[in-house]
Amino acid sequence: MSNERILDVKGLKTQFRIDKQKVAKAVDGIDFHINKGETLAIVGESGSGKSITALSIMQLIPSPPGKIVEGSIELDGVDLLGLSEKQMTATRGNDVAMIFQEPMTSLNPVFTIGTQVSEPLRKHKKLGKKEAKKQTIELLKLVGFPRAEDIFHEYPHQLSGGMRQRAMIAMALSCAPKLIIADEPTTALDVTIQAQILDLMLDMKKKTGSSILMITHDLGVVAETADRVAVMYAGQIVETSTVKELFVKPKHPYTVGLLNSMPKIDQDSERLESIPGMVPPAHNFPQGCRFAPRCKHAMDKCTEAVPDLIEDGLNHKVRCVLYDGSGKGVTHV
Amino acid sequence: MYKYITRRVLQFIPMLFLVTIVVYGLAQAAPGDPLSGEILDPDIPAEVLEERREALGLNDPIPVQYWNWLSSVAVGDFGQSMHYTGRSVADLVTSRIMNTLYLSLFALGVTILVAIPIGIYSSKKPYSLLDYSATTFAFLGLATPNFFAALIAIYFFSFQLGWFPSQGTVSSVGLTGFEYFIDKIRHLILPGFTLGLASTAIYMRYLRTEMLEVMGSDFIRTARAKGLGPSSVLYKHTLRNALIPIITLLGFEFGTLLSGAVITEAVFNYPGLGTLFLNSIQNRDYPVIMAINLILAVTILVGNLLADIFYAIVDPRIRYD
Ligand SMILES: Nc1ncnc2c1ncn2[C@@H]1O[C@H](COP(=O)(O)OP(=O)(O)O)[C@@H](O)[C@H]1O
Ligand SMILES: [Mg+2]
Repeated sequence: MSNERILDVKGLKTQFRIDKQKVAKAVDGIDFHINKGETLAIVGESGSGKSITALSIMQLIPSPPGKIVEGSIELDGVDLLGLSEKQMTATRGNDVAMIFQEPMTSLNPVFTIGTQVSEPLRKHKKLGKKEAKKQTIELLKLVGFPRAEDIFHEYPHQLSGGMRQRAMIAMALSCAPKLIIADEPTTALDVTIQAQILDLMLDMKKKTGSSILMITHDLGVVAETADRVAVMYAGQIVETSTVKELFVKPKHPYTVGLLNSMPKIDQDSERLESIPGMVPPAHNFPQGCRFAPRCKHAMDKCTEAVPDLIEDGLNHKVRCVLYDGSGKGVTHV
Repeated sequence: MYKYITRRVLQFIPMLFLVTIVVYGLAQAAPGDPLSGEILDPDIPAEVLEERREALGLNDPIPVQYWNWLSSVAVGDFGQSMHYTGRSVADLVTSRIMNTLYLSLFALGVTILVAIPIGIYSSKKPYSLLDYSATTFAFLGLATPNFFAALIAIYFFSFQLGWFPSQGTVSSVGLTGFEYFIDKIRHLILPGFTLGLASTAIYMRYLRTEMLEVMGSDFIRTARAKGLGPSSVLYKHTLRNALIPIITLLGFEFGTLLSGAVITEAVFNYPGLGTLFLNSIQNRDYPVIMAINLILAVTILVGNLLADIFYAIVDPRIRYD
């Protein structure tokens, strides 16, 4: 794994105007990067800003009311935010592809799988119909369709959710993009199918060496697929480290809470601890640390200002006053 | 797909029978018969009228009359007109039906050619000046009764500006070739636009709503995520989906057009089925009324059948049921 950065996001802020007074700060100043060939997972509860982060990279934020107000997004050295819409159109599907959460609605019901999967090839690689078809059938075989020729002519409604997600993966892979963003690719699927799709993604990564941004709310998925992880809460990254380190030495109380709410095989107790309360709405974040109202370690200091994301250990960063020099930390589990 | 279409066609046949019964029943239920107008003429003795009733079969039991009527209708014989003596109903109807067909197709063409581009544009630039104008036009178009729109059109475009003729289908006999064709079109413009007005308004609004709805769907986001340009996204992915309900509605449009034609034709004194229908009602010319009723009903049935078939063609989810 080289240390060359394929994606470098700096100070990204994406907001939605709700009305004259209210602005939803869905993504509120995040920094992260992905090295070539690496899988970075962004994990966090629903509503923490993961999908908006992904859509910001793709520049598919519904606008109005959404807008990227600050920051830079560099893909292989090119600042995507500096591109014209036309250049961005040429980038999507070609240099960066995305797989969505809802396989049932993410494919167009009136076109065949073949037509839809071959579209990026025809658009970006300027392939003729015949050549595109040949390559598409290869792709469909690659993602595990034994009867790829038949599937090519079938419509989305004839396929199960898992099969549609396979087709989406084939589509994302078609132009061999530098980066694949997968936004909860297994969340909408049955448990057994989830495992199959994750295996497929791991397999594809091995074969193509692609870099992946894996978005999930499930730490199990993180453990299985990612090299590094960024924990996101209320529009901010609160902790980032390697996956191994995060599971062994979680620092932020939110990360600890997420880990404790994860089912474990070797656990005696039947009950899972869940984090009390809910993610605050993006138009009404609390003062100071955004997790403080739900945190059992909260103190007066927490509500004064948003803590900085500080280095604490090798390649391990955390946004919490417990680690701002006093070195106390949280003892977990 | 063939299974689906066969099933629809088979369902069509019993409906057709039902329609003939209803058409016949309605004519029977109407008060009076073709001769009752003449009862008022004291010079004709009651026995003579009775004899004529007997001869015309008007005294037979109703099922027998129905069966006689149906078996001749089946071979295209709608009987003799009771008003235009000596002319067969089939003859009268065929002399008018083409004019109505031209008028309806013209109106349908106006609807499609105006509503679809404007509907698309409105959805592309919602709340733009053109979108607001289209909305205003649509509400006016919907709120204005056909005959009133016709009168306004005649007043401005025919009476004041003199651009188009307001009556009939030809200006003078003896025109031939291209001149004849142009003359026909000029006569179609005012009634055609009037007749197409309401549906244009409906389809325009409907398409706009559909387009906007489809634009918000997940698969459009996928299409954009693939790197398709705005026109591919709009004209391929969005429009194909938004047209599904529209194309289906077009099948039903035939019936609407024909019934609308009755009033429009009357105002423009246009010699089509509609004017014939109104005259026949005034004259109690039952064989003609029944024939036209039957044509209207069958057109609506065929339109519904077409709607189902169109639906299967444009929506693969139906096709593969
Ligand atoms: N179109 C929108 N308008 C207003 N707020 C939005 C919109 N889309 C997302 N948000 C807000 O942004 C925040 C982050 O959403 P999202 O990125 O979808 O979360 P998740 O982590 O579950 O993917 C949420 O608080 C959500 O309410
Ligand atoms: Mg999400």
